[in-house]
Amino acid sequence: MRYLIKNKWLYVFLIPGLLYLLIFKYVPMFGIVIAFKKLSIVKGIWGSDWVGFQNFETLFQSAHFIRVLRNSILLSVYQILWGFPAPILLALMLNEVRQMLFKRITQTILYLPHFISWVVLAGIVINFLSPTSGLVNQIITSFGHEPVKFLMEPGYFRSIIVSAEIWKGVGWGTIIYLAAMTGIDPTLYESAKIDGASRLQRIRYITIPGIATTIIILLLLNLGNILDNGFEQVFLLYNPVTYETADIFETYTYRIGLQDGRLSYATAVGLFKSVVGFVLILSANYAARKISGKSIW
Amino acid sequence: MRLRRVSLFDILNNTVITIITLLMLYPFVNVFVVSISSYSAFVENPMRIWPKQVTFEAYKEIFGHPVLWSSYWNTIVVTVSGVLLGILLYILTAYPLSKKHLRGRNLIMIAVVFTMLFNGGLIPNYYLMRSLGLINTLAALVIPALLTGFNLILMKTFMENIPEELEEAARIDGASDPYILFRIVVPLSGPIIATLCLFTAVGYWNNFYSAIVYIRDVDKWPLMLFLREIIEGAKLTSISTGAGDNAAEAANLNITPVTLQYATLIFVMIPILCVYPFVQKYFVKGIMLGSVKG
Repeated sequence: MRYLIKNKWLYVFLIPGLLYLLIFKYVPMFGIVIAFKKLSIVKGIWGSDWVGFQNFETLFQSAHFIRVLRNSILLSVYQILWGFPAPILLALMLNEVRQMLFKRITQTILYLPHFISWVVLAGIVINFLSPTSGLVNQIITSFGHEPVKFLMEPGYFRSIIVSAEIWKGVGWGTIIYLAAMTGIDPTLYESAKIDGASRLQRIRYITIPGIATTIIILLLLNLGNILDNGFEQVFLLYNPVTYETADIFETYTYRIGLQDGRLSYATAVGLFKSVVGFVLILSANYAARKISGKSIW
Repeated sequence: MRLRRVSLFDILNNTVITIITLLMLYPFVNVFVVSISSYSAFVENPMRIWPKQVTFEAYKEIFGHPVLWSSYWNTIVVTVSGVLLGILLYILTAYPLSKKHLRGRNLIMIAVVFTMLFNGGLIPNYYLMRSLGLINTLAALVIPALLTGFNLILMKTFMENIPEELEEAARIDGASDPYILFRIVVPLSGPIIATLCLFTAVGYWNNFYSAIVYIRDVDKWPLMLFLREIIEGAKLTSISTGAGDNAAEAANLNITPVTLQYATLIFVMIPILCVYPFVQKYFVKGIMLGSVKG
């Protein structure tokens, strides 16, 4: 009691934040009961009839489910394959830059795309890929080839999204690796230099092992998020013709829930994604702790 | 110190970095240049990086668009209120959590982290907002992003590193917790506050998701919905027209010329491009501190 009185202000400070979390983060978690009901707007959540796992049965039997699951995973896999190493390479290169002014200027420019919205970037992508006036097709036609309708071809969709994501995020992604590199003991480099190690050898044997823990943790974190692709970039660039390769959990839930109004079914889709995502991320954290002795949180 | 000679490695490395940096810069330059060039100059060479037949026609046209100004105003209102409320909430919540002696601290931290791992999903969130009568209001754009676990942990970590002695000295002089928080801790937390201001401001400015989910009326549109409307025109060209064989169809679809879209893109980005250089030095420090400690 004495403790509470002495620290009353600390608890008073906490009230708004905790109330916010309770209402806007925890209340929706209870809303997932919608997935087990046949939601009637008139009767409300609690008055609606229970249907058990019926919504999930529909989901697992749906051809869309396989497509959405495959697209979500494949998009993440490509993103990890191409997008994950990119900032590591760039950070290794930036770390070798000796001219501080040059480094500062390039870094400022490299971070910039991160702050641009997907709506803006989608606008740029759409125009650059336009079959009539787009820059990419101008180059293609100048070599005597037929223009390509990139956004109409399901086969190009993943490449477009992954390239756009790399362009947007590669510079920003270097921050964490550069931070890890500043933590490497400089005497290691000094002694390697005395032993006659070349620049590449110093990168190979000192810098890369020095950031290995960070790399592993971030890789696992990415694997844990394999069902999260980001709604905006896909939503803004896909269209019914490319659903085959483009439709992911986020866009599917949005379409069937808010556009078709199948609220219970959409909640079931969302719950499936949340639960699998939760298990994946917990496993990733467990793996990170096992491998590096550090965990993500 | 010995003079360092420039090695082949340095030349190669700097060249590659320069090329990558130019690739990052190119779309910005191109979009800006096209937006102030005539449409015929764009058709002649869409890749241009130097304006030709400079004209501000495109800007004049978008400035005359009524939805531009209402959506601009909506976005400003949402961004300013979101940043002010959000920062206040982060400060108030992070400060007690930065105290190691706080009883119940671990429990609260678990509750915070749990919100980062699991969420109800789109429909339950929508349903909640509906029950609270927030659908189709600007508040629906502000509230969902007010407090995130990630930012809260960044600020808490920063506050943990403020020397305890400063607070102790004030306490001996009879200062209360609110006084210590707002007169001592907050002024010392400048870098992290600036970082979170930038992050949340950019988040609100760029936010598209909440808008598409919660907003219906055109007069409540934020900037990103307006921008998307302008861009949809280009998407239609990209989808429906071949190599110019059905230009008539394209004209029927009322396609927005590229210059107009680019002018809108630039106009939407201006505030971010203006603030960015000033806050940049802070966020690198802020994010590094948070990420290293994690």
